[in-house]
Amino acid sequence: MRYSGFRLIKEVLTGHKGWTPAWRDAEPKPHYDIIVIGGGGHGLATAYYLAKVFGKSNVAVLEKGWIGGGNVGRNTTIIRSNYLLDGNEPFYEFSMKLWEGLEQDFNYNAMVSQRGVLNLCHTDGQRDAFTRRGNAMRLHGVDAELLDQEGVRKIAPFLNFDNARFPIKGGLLQPRGGTARHDAVAWGYARGADSRGVDIIQNCAVTGFRIQNGKCLGVETTRGFIGANRVGCAVAGWSGSVMAMAGMRLPIESHVLQAFVSEGLKPLLPGVITFGAGHFYVSQSDKGGLVFGGDIDGYNSYAQRGNLPVVEDVCEGGMALMPMIGRARLLRMWGGIMDMSMDGSPIIDRTDIDGLYFNGGWCYGGFKATPASGWCFAHLLANDAPHPVSTAYRLDRFRTGRMIDEKGAGAQPNLH
Amino acid sequence: MIINHPLLGPRDSQEFVYLGDASLIGRPDWQASDAQQQFYEYLYLRDNPAGLHRELWFHEQGDRSWLVVTRNTLTHEITSVELARDVARALGRDI
Repeated sequence: MRYSGFRLIKEVLTGHKGWTPAWRDAEPKPHYDIIVIGGGGHGLATAYYLAKVFGKSNVAVLEKGWIGGGNVGRNTTIIRSNYLLDGNEPFYEFSMKLWEGLEQDFNYNAMVSQRGVLNLCHTDGQRDAFTRRGNAMRLHGVDAELLDQEGVRKIAPFLNFDNARFPIKGGLLQPRGGTARHDAVAWGYARGADSRGVDIIQNCAVTGFRIQNGKCLGVETTRGFIGANRVGCAVAGWSGSVMAMAGMRLPIESHVLQAFVSEGLKPLLPGVITFGAGHFYVSQSDKGGLVFGGDIDGYNSYAQRGNLPVVEDVCEGGMALMPMIGRARLLRMWGGIMDMSMDGSPIIDRTDIDGLYFNGGWCYGGFKATPASGWCFAHLLANDAPHPVSTAYRLDRFRTGRMIDEKGAGAQPNLH
Repeated sequence: MIINHPLLGPRDSQEFVYLGDASLIGRPDWQASDAQQQFYEYLYLRDNPAGLHRELWFHEQGDRSWLVVTRNTLTHEITSVELARDVARALGRDI
């Protein structure tokens, strides 16, 4: 069923009786051309582009819970492409361009809203770093504007400009950045993949890989063995555990990142604002809640919940930036599990095992990368060759010294 | 989280800094013939278990000792806390 304004009017007039499920509840077949492990944003996007762009419809997505129940439903919904390094910027800009056409592409309202992403700077050194990053972005053909204090004031007059420790000196604005409705992204990709023949199999946990003579023949699951010519793993957060079943150790630690929503408020924030001094980022949802987050809890965790000291730290960051939100009540909070990689950048690559492919290590940045990650992983699974914008995301880059250390923090995942 | 320090008793985990997997105690021999491979694995690769995990915590705002904490990464429950010094000595180190 195609969604449209006409369809909506028709359903309104007929009591909404004509809507059908957006995707089938598929039963697993004994064998597929390609299996994608993980029914999150990246896994579903991979399946969608495999079917739509690369003409592979004998594909299954295996999800241990329900689709969209992992990190794609547990983030702060920000999309942007304001990266510095050559390995990253073209990839994230590719993703940004896909976001811009996403809703028309998969005929689903993902509420992509390019309301702008503003990174605030508080020192001369930070402004120099932002100038450099903005220049790097412009050299890659990406929009970037360096604002002085007056420029920031025009956009967000309510900020605490005269904070004694962290006065706001300016900011780097990416006007094309913004937010998207995270659940709808998963649902839209699921619907698009399903309608092109992809089997989305929920409540089907992978419990092992069947590997013979260095070749992956398929996966053992809670619903029996499923064979495949190629298997792709896109289970960010659980990458360490799943790939361990194939005997692999990864340059990844799993950490929890918390996010928060306040009660609904009147329209307040023009776009996404990030506090460069304390790692706090905030936007306002269309329902009015302030959606915000900060640092990871900082130690290995698979618990999808955090601990209170980080709640306090994040709220301190918010108060330092916008003292006016002190009376707003916190409505809810949640934790997602991050694949923190050793250089803070992702991995999209084949593995040493023939027929087994890996996509993970997204650190904080998984949501904004969803379309490009899916496209590039689909390219890799379909053609056995990396997409041009993801060639730097090698699994062996730590061995060969080709790290993409965007934050310059070295092999210390809890600092990225 | 409360970390039960072997010398100082229960302390808030906020007093500590986290380093990572306790296997980082076992630094490879830089003169070994395969030192390059060993250091690659030591620096970058992790077991990253979902469940019991032995990890290094530094009591920065306390007695500046290093601890090996055994913690469940699924529940945050801490089951044992040892001085990293004792763990290293048990491994044959002579610090």
